[in-house]
Amino acid sequence: MKKLTYFLPLAVLVVVGFFAILQLKQVSEGKSVNLLPSVLINREVAPFAMPGIQGHGKGWGSKDLVGQVTLVNLFGSWCVACLSEHPFLMRIKDQNLIPIYGVDWREKDPAAGPRWLAKYGNPYTLIGNDPQSKVAISFGVTGAPESFLVDKKGVIRYKQTGPISSSVWKKTLWPLIQELRKE
Amino acid sequence: MMLRALMFVMALAVFSPSPSFAVEPDEILSDPALEARARELGKSLRCVVCQNQPIDESNADLARDMRILVRDRISSGDTNEQVLAYMVDRYGDFVLLDPPFKASTLVLWIGPGVIAVFGMFAVVSFYRRNKSNDDATAVAANPQTAPLSDDERKRLDALLKDDDA
Repeated sequence: MKKLTYFLPLAVLVVVGFFAILQLKQVSEGKSVNLLPSVLINREVAPFAMPGIQGHGKGWGSKDLVGQVTLVNLFGSWCVACLSEHPFLMRIKDQNLIPIYGVDWREKDPAAGPRWLAKYGNPYTLIGNDPQSKVAISFGVTGAPESFLVDKKGVIRYKQTGPISSSVWKKTLWPLIQELRKE
Repeated sequence: MMLRALMFVMALAVFSPSPSFAVEPDEILSDPALEARARELGKSLRCVVCQNQPIDESNADLARDMRILVRDRISSGDTNEQVLAYMVDRYGDFVLLDPPFKASTLVLWIGPGVIAVFGMFAVVSFYRRNKSNDDATAVAANPQTAPLSDDERKRLDALLKDDDA
């Protein structure tokens, strides 16, 4: 009996290790392991409207999302991970796969967002300016980039925390988009 | 003496519970009553970037924007409950530093108690078993720890008496 207790730490290690490997496997399969599960999934986008950024039109609001399946993408010129995701968004735009609605989040300099887009390209159908996180908070955002798949009724159906990778796109986003278009 | 006083002051500085507020002057509302409510709410809302700090103590940009939003909503007539509900609606119960007691948070609330009870039970049973084994096994393992004989007891008493004198 006493000897058995010596194996207790080992047993704990095996159990913890099992869950760690399970989690790592999910990451390697490209499933997003959300640090914080969004409570907004299957809920309608809260009503909002935001102004545009310099030189990119009038901005947009929750009403613009109704009637089509859209990808809402939150970015900032200050955000390094957004830059890594950016070429992929450009490919989505070039192949006309889905309209991307951009939220330029927390720019300290209002010219920084437009400068960033001029340099790297503009994948967005419409872009809104959110310097005080009002729209970001209404989407329950904790960091950039974050993207939301919104269905025709304006209901949030999926949240992607962090950059969209090609495996996330292939395995999750693109199949879901096609499903939502049939609804 | 100087050194001791200095150490005392330093200890005071380190150990006194001094809440560090990150609230910046330009955020503060002109109405002190509303500002007091904003501070109260700010202490109970989690900074979702740093995760273990209330928004009132966090320097994160998003925490600042959440503080401003709290003030906006208070100023436009929201009750404290409405402001909290607004945040929970978007970030879930996670945003509350003091999560509500309900089915999904049961493990959170009951878990530590269950573990503590289990631990106490383990400690008690460990000592109880040791005690019952102690005398017998100790004597068997090491004859020198056997109880004192009458002779030894007398010598010890004598020695102790000498000491007193």
